[in-house]
Amino acid sequence: MAATHVHGGIGESIKRKEDSRFLHGKGNYIDDLALPGMLHMSILRSPHAHARLKSVDTSAASGMPGVIAVVTGELMAQHKLAWMPTLSNDTQAVLATDKVRFQGQEVAAVIAETRYQAEDARDAIVVDYEVLTAVTSPEGAKTAGAPLIRDDKENQKDNHIYHWESGDQGTTRAAFAKADKVVRLHTFYPRCHPAPLETCGCVADVNGVTGKATIYMTSQAPHAIRTVFALVTGLPEQNIRVISPDIGGGFGNKVPVYPGYVVATAASLLIGRPVKWIEDRTENLISTGYARDFHMTGDLALDKDGKITALRVHLDSDNGAFFADAQPSKFKAGLFHIVTGSYDIPTAHITADGYYTNKAPGGVAYRCSFRVTEASYLIERLITNAAIEIGMDQAEFRKKNFIRKDQFPYHSATGWVYDSGDYHKAMDVALDQLGYDELRKDVEKRRKQGEVTGIGIASFTEVVGAGHGADFDILGLRMFDSAELRVHPTGKAMLRMGTKSQGQGHETTFAQIVAEELGIPAADVAVEEGDTDTAPYGLGTYASRSTPVAGAATAMVSRKLREKGRKIAAHLLEAAEEDLEWERGRFFVKGSPDKGKTIQEIAFAAYTNLPEGMEAGLEGVHYYDPPNMTYPFGTYAVVVDVDKGTGQVKVKRVVAVDDCGVRINPMIVEGQIHGGLTEGFGIAFMELITFDAEGNCIGSNFMDYLLPTAWESPKFELGETVTPSPHHPLGAKGVGESPTVGSPAAYVNAVIDALSPYGVKNIDMPVTPDKVWAALRAAGVSE
Amino acid sequence: MFPAAFDYRAPSSLAEAVDILRQRGEEAKVMAGGQSLIPLLKLRFSQPALVVDIGRLPNLAGVERKDGHLRVGALTRHVQVESNTDLRTLCPILPEAAHWIADPLIRNQGTVGGSVCHADPQGDWGSVMLALDADFVARSESGERTIKAADFFQGPFTTALRPDEVLTEIRIPLAAHSAGAYNKLERKVGDFATVAVAVQVEMNGDKIAKAGIGLTSVGDRNLKARDAEKSLAGKQPTDEAIAEAARLAAAAAEPKADVRGSAEFKRDIVRVFVQRGLKTAVARARGGQ
Repeated sequence: MAATHVHGGIGESIKRKEDSRFLHGKGNYIDDLALPGMLHMSILRSPHAHARLKSVDTSAASGMPGVIAVVTGELMAQHKLAWMPTLSNDTQAVLATDKVRFQGQEVAAVIAETRYQAEDARDAIVVDYEVLTAVTSPEGAKTAGAPLIRDDKENQKDNHIYHWESGDQGTTRAAFAKADKVVRLHTFYPRCHPAPLETCGCVADVNGVTGKATIYMTSQAPHAIRTVFALVTGLPEQNIRVISPDIGGGFGNKVPVYPGYVVATAASLLIGRPVKWIEDRTENLISTGYARDFHMTGDLALDKDGKITALRVHLDSDNGAFFADAQPSKFKAGLFHIVTGSYDIPTAHITADGYYTNKAPGGVAYRCSFRVTEASYLIERLITNAAIEIGMDQAEFRKKNFIRKDQFPYHSATGWVYDSGDYHKAMDVALDQLGYDELRKDVEKRRKQGEVTGIGIASFTEVVGAGHGADFDILGLRMFDSAELRVHPTGKAMLRMGTKSQGQGHETTFAQIVAEELGIPAADVAVEEGDTDTAPYGLGTYASRSTPVAGAATAMVSRKLREKGRKIAAHLLEAAEEDLEWERGRFFVKGSPDKGKTIQEIAFAAYTNLPEGMEAGLEGVHYYDPPNMTYPFGTYAVVVDVDKGTGQVKVKRVVAVDDCGVRINPMIVEGQIHGGLTEGFGIAFMELITFDAEGNCIGSNFMDYLLPTAWESPKFELGETVTPSPHHPLGAKGVGESPTVGSPAAYVNAVIDALSPYGVKNIDMPVTPDKVWAALRAAGVSE
Repeated sequence: MFPAAFDYRAPSSLAEAVDILRQRGEEAKVMAGGQSLIPLLKLRFSQPALVVDIGRLPNLAGVERKDGHLRVGALTRHVQVESNTDLRTLCPILPEAAHWIADPLIRNQGTVGGSVCHADPQGDWGSVMLALDADFVARSESGERTIKAADFFQGPFTTALRPDEVLTEIRIPLAAHSAGAYNKLERKVGDFATVAVAVQVEMNGDKIAKAGIGLTSVGDRNLKARDAEKSLAGKQPTDEAIAEAARLAAAAAEPKADVRGSAEFKRDIVRVFVQRGLKTAVARARGGQ
């Protein structure tokens, strides 16, 4: 039997290279790291949502066994580190000096020889709080006489952060005036949390002799963090090394800089020993970057034929105590104005207001581009509601209003230029896979028998791959990304990128791009990311940008080396460059396929037998600034049954047709989709960070913050269409986030469809049994 | 999640255990499977001076049939009840309820005795034992005593056990033509009940001789729905009789609104589950299975 040669090019579902390490328990996460002399840090957090700090007494704690230092806001202030900048041009307290503004806010930190000692001493710190009234919603924040949360800011007279608009108010107003039908939906996309399996943490190691600060941390964007640290602390950037080791899930939660990182680094600098800080689960859930928390009202204008003529949206954003939305666009509400979605809507107008509340800061893009999930959810819910209200089938209504294939590149009413798409095709594939027509008849039949059952559809359009530097940057750093490829003399290669995998499978996918473009088998390409001393500069991994940006950079640098390889091959073959042809892994002389040189032979020659005057080596770097975003899309369909007695929703089927352009490793893509559909299921049905009237966080552990397990997660039936991105070198679009963006609306639409015979138009997520029960009983349905 | 310091003792005999409790019972927490206590320690919600780990005591695990009773040893793990095939006909509510407890990891470690002594109002076993009219056997240095299930649960995390006592066994009366059912509404696997209802019936011909109904998560402890139980005695299990019992049980519930839902919602789920449970239990008792 012939040996199977696995090349691992684009389109091959090769196994993940990183899995051997993870499955054998040989991953190297932050908490696995132990440095000689390392100390441990524990953070004291506020039990109150809003309180004035009257005193912080550390005397008892300081004298406890093993305690090296107790750090307070006052001490940090002496070093001008009590406050830090956020990613949204606001400030955030590192350790509180004046007030605490959310439950779980960092008040003090204990550095001790062991974690147990640090925790014991933390409990011995005595803080005198003067409790203030807490604000827990935008509604509360704008009430006359509401407590001023940010009294630390000059010129801040109320709790309003921003007002932002997009689209055209005049034309939209005119279209609504002429509308035959207006459909309104007010819905709340509640606060949820990325809740990665590994919490955040760091080991800060500042060398007192060399001044070199090495910070091992759970960061999705190590390079940007290095620059931010340099700017905040004044340390020279070459003396800062940020290392992101293996990361156990990020989902946006590991983009921001958290106070713990800053305090641990300052403590290591002051003490001269490494300091480890690892959050426990509750700390992660109550203090680090939440997601969503948007109160949205959408109006859809329709003509008498069911054609959408305009969209109007207002949203109130609950931003917590510090405006720390982790997003790099110039738009205050992120990319929310993609809200026209997959539909050819002539005009739209979006207004948004952000408010401070006494809740944790840090609106992060939980597995999505910034605020795209909220936008996609709103438009897809509105579309289904509109179809139900005008009595048209929801699939037919979508098809009637989709952007047509021949309209791409499509200029949306709010200024986006969609690169490519075929929405009708994705819909048809999904309906066919579902057996929609038969299923619809079955639903009608079962409803007549008294059953509560329904089908939900969502046809989302994502916008990912931030992004072109003109519109996207972090503190001025343009959102390019990079790849550096070094081919060794034996034809093996090392690829380093400015991104950072948190489980996405970069070590495999990006090796496959090299395998395709330079012909070196994927198994021979080692991929490294996350060490700022060795990797080229990049903006990191989030917003499904790795493949669109660093993947493009990888393709481009591979092509650069291939062109150098052509010159070397021409030299070795004594042929003219233009007489050579490339097949994957080999140049050969046109017309003489036997006369050729493999990429491995070329690599060896790059170090041993070069053309006259050529620089030795076969390596290069490419920085890729994408010309546009990419726009993945798809249609998801969900079938549910509802228990009339308990209000429980049983998801019977999920069909998910994704179009993410060219798929590099289809198995990894499918894994991504499964993960995202599961997270979408969790968000739709169980995940919730909420607060009581005093601002106490409910959802502070996994008994309260509910993540779906294999037991309740539905079975997923996947399908695909392929519409390449015209501007990406490989035609790839990115996929990691499509299912989280697209699926919540599909799940909820199925429930709304099931309850539509009873006139139910909205249930806010999470759609829990009590809410469904209330809707059923209000309609007189019982068991 | 780092517990405060505590002393730890792991007695190797029941005599040694009750001796430790005689001396330090007031400041001690007894640990069996540890599935409730360890999270509380790690969250520092519970900071006992001493943890007495009885997990290694001999002869306290297992279910046996003796003198017309089922004797469930205090250290019997949930999984031992769940996987016991004899119980599926002898007392089907036991394996059914066991299957609803938390998740497989916890069922492998947690014990029936530990769970009832923890007396969480959201715990499942308490309602089952109330429905079954079980007896709890407690041992101290001064001897053994039996506590009726109805007297055992006194409030949230509070039982009739004295600090010097350890639970050794639960005795469940067995009767012919009897069976039960456990219905539970939970938000996800591993979650505590939003509402759960244990129902046990003993049939006499086509009439219900005796009914037991226990309610989970709708009061400050597991509740016994006595009026509903009484309403069924001597009655045929008609839709009307079942609906009336369900109404009475719902009225007996004392639910509080929380993130899981309103009081009205929980009360109505009690009604729905009493109806469903009675129908299942009657069918099982009649020999359906």
